[in-house]
Amino acid sequence: MKNFNIYLTGVGGQGIGLLSEILLRAADKAGYPVKGTDTHGLAQRGGIVASRIRIGDKVHSPLIPEGEADLVVALERHEALRGMNLALRDGGTLVYYDAVWQPLPVRLGLSDEISENLIRQECRKRKITGIKVFHENLSDARMQNIALLRVIHQNKLIPELTAEHYRASMEDLMEGTMLQKNLEFFSAPATE
Amino acid sequence: MKKMGDMLLQENPFSEIVMGNTALVRAMVEAGTRVVTSYPGSPTPEIATAIRSIPPAARPFYFEFSTNEKVATEVAFGAAMNGHLSTVFFKSVGLNVASDSFVQLSLMKITGGMVIVLGDDPGANSSQNEQDNRHFAHMSYTPVFEPANPSEVYSFYREAARISRQRQMPIIVRLTTHVCHAKERVEFGGWKPKPHDPAIRFNAADGPFIPITSMVFPKKRRALENLSAIERIAGDSGLNRLVDNQNQNYGIITAGLPFLSLLEVLENAAEQPDILKLAVVYPVSRKRVTQFLQAHDKVLVLEELDNILEKEIKLIAFEEKIGTGIIGKKDAEDWIGEYTPDKVFQVIKKNWPELLPDKPEKQDRISEAPPRPAQMCPGCGHRAAFHAIAKAVSEQDIKVADIGCHTLGFLPPYKMGDILLCMGASTGIGSGMSLFNSTGKVIAFLGDSTFFHAGLPGIINALFNKHQLTLIIMENGTTAMTGHQSHAASGENFNEPVDAIPVRKVLEGFGIEQIHETDTYQMKKLTELVKKAMAEPGLSVVIAKHPCMLKQMREKRRRPGFKSVPVTILQDDCTRRYECVEKFGCPSFVRNKDGRITINHDLCIGDGSCVRVCPSQAINLPKGDRK
Repeated sequence: MKNFNIYLTGVGGQGIGLLSEILLRAADKAGYPVKGTDTHGLAQRGGIVASRIRIGDKVHSPLIPEGEADLVVALERHEALRGMNLALRDGGTLVYYDAVWQPLPVRLGLSDEISENLIRQECRKRKITGIKVFHENLSDARMQNIALLRVIHQNKLIPELTAEHYRASMEDLMEGTMLQKNLEFFSAPATE
Repeated sequence: MKKMGDMLLQENPFSEIVMGNTALVRAMVEAGTRVVTSYPGSPTPEIATAIRSIPPAARPFYFEFSTNEKVATEVAFGAAMNGHLSTVFFKSVGLNVASDSFVQLSLMKITGGMVIVLGDDPGANSSQNEQDNRHFAHMSYTPVFEPANPSEVYSFYREAARISRQRQMPIIVRLTTHVCHAKERVEFGGWKPKPHDPAIRFNAADGPFIPITSMVFPKKRRALENLSAIERIAGDSGLNRLVDNQNQNYGIITAGLPFLSLLEVLENAAEQPDILKLAVVYPVSRKRVTQFLQAHDKVLVLEELDNILEKEIKLIAFEEKIGTGIIGKKDAEDWIGEYTPDKVFQVIKKNWPELLPDKPEKQDRISEAPPRPAQMCPGCGHRAAFHAIAKAVSEQDIKVADIGCHTLGFLPPYKMGDILLCMGASTGIGSGMSLFNSTGKVIAFLGDSTFFHAGLPGIINALFNKHQLTLIIMENGTTAMTGHQSHAASGENFNEPVDAIPVRKVLEGFGIEQIHETDTYQMKKLTELVKKAMAEPGLSVVIAKHPCMLKQMREKRRRPGFKSVPVTILQDDCTRRYECVEKFGCPSFVRNKDGRITINHDLCIGDGSCVRVCPSQAINLPKGDRK
């Protein structure tokens, strides 16, 4: 496979780590060389978490050069914009869960909340395929990451990775009812 | 990979996707390491997470979180002097704390061998500076192995441990943030468990191990001889890498993560320079460097943080009379920040513009996302504390911060923190601030883990030198910032439940009479107590207590059927004074375009700490769910 770079981002506590680990292992299961790394300095305290996954033979560093991500996966709307601005190449793909966790300046009334429309405009300008994911009645907010995984799979956003790879990877990392619940949700037919 | 613990103890060779920190633990297992110690700090706490995944009875080594990095170093040293291969690990600035003991290590004949694992933090992702700990290695004659990825973390640790044991000397394995946290498939070797040998192997007759006055010199001589031996070993080590592209013009000497960034950048280069990647960055192999310099017209030293390799290499060139052009750091930018692929691109481009293509111009973005500073969690007791304390202090009072989650109090809307140095420094700084200061009162914050770590000397000093300040101890029962490690007042150590050493009793034992204490959710009371304490002469203490809610919520969520019930806003009662969102500042409050405040249900844990903050009583906590 030609190098394929995935940049994942969100706010500490949203489950980026698990989603990233699922993608990393899925790529490994598909037989591709893969590297990744996380940055989560103070992320546990509501800061930004970033994770990178790099698939391909010519990958050296676990860090993605600016503007060279093929796919940005975001779990929050503000971080979707920040992530695509920083990491995504023109013509790449953004998939984001439309949760809104307002950053401090928005809550203090110093900045405006980022709207869906702004993200759409930015996508149009840079020929980016933007996919918004949102479930009105998700039983558990902690499944937002699997909601994204579902869409990543259904739209084949990572070349060559199949449902089997994702499923096997989830089985590596979860067990019991958590695994069951997430597998069911992952496998349910697309409703969007 | 179902269970990390089983994986780490597998007896047959295997491969697995792991992060650098986990690879290190497998390396310790295979190397026969017997004693491991630490004090938690990013980027290294996942080393302990991996250790914890091995059930205590099956663990092939002893592990503890010590009260601070210095004590951790001493415990590991003591064990090594008794013949047990030991390892101490901590974050970059942890070495400052450990240094008084650390700098002595190379003077000692360390029977069992001892590896010091450092998690340096170029880019200051989670530290108060980006110090380059190779300086400490030079000062203490301690060799440094520097891996670039998880596979090398594994193989370099094993080699460092082997040499350390063989030569009975300390060796550093220096990791950096994105080496600790990098993930890839690593090939591991086999391992056979060996029973612990209880024989005493410390023999005082091998000493004396007392480095004072002239007894220092033979020990220093031994340290220097060891260093020379390692310099020779480093030259022949298969861990170095020479990327030979038959280029007689361009050569690059580098090490660690910058090597990977360099390979990334060179994918688009007009021609491929030769690269010497050093595994041992101190002492530098004279032979390898000489050969490399002689084979190239110009050599660039690509080095993250300070110009340590550069100076060594230039010295070698001078002494060996080599005329090769050596390019090192040019300006401050070269000294600052992590050497990511983007940074390395800039460095190479600046020096050898002909080698790299121009980057396409970045299109302007329509808008940028507002910054997202780290925040205290929903329900955090520190937030309630800062909200209450803000009502007790005035503008000209000086607020001295310390290290911990409560450091975040310096941010708006609280602005509770004007100055910060390092762990445990607040009481000492506050004492100095109180001298010749009759207008502003001084308050100092301190966390409970830090209280034991480095806080005590400052407190005792303030007491016996009669300084005038109020110390506020933010007690949450855990070392929260680094991932909830227990400390002396937690009631458990890493391995088992133990009697807690209560902070209050320690203070009482010192003879401090002015000790006030309350749960931080009792905000009115806390405001009053802080006012009272600040009016008292000498050192007064307020213990502002509330358990870490992140830890508590994680434990609760594991129970089947648990559901938190968020607060609601009574829209008819809300008078839009925004006390909740602008002054209390819990991230669960959502400020809507139409001026309404609503609640983010993903975030609110229903703790109710905000209820009394609203002047219009518009925050409603559903009854019966008070946690």
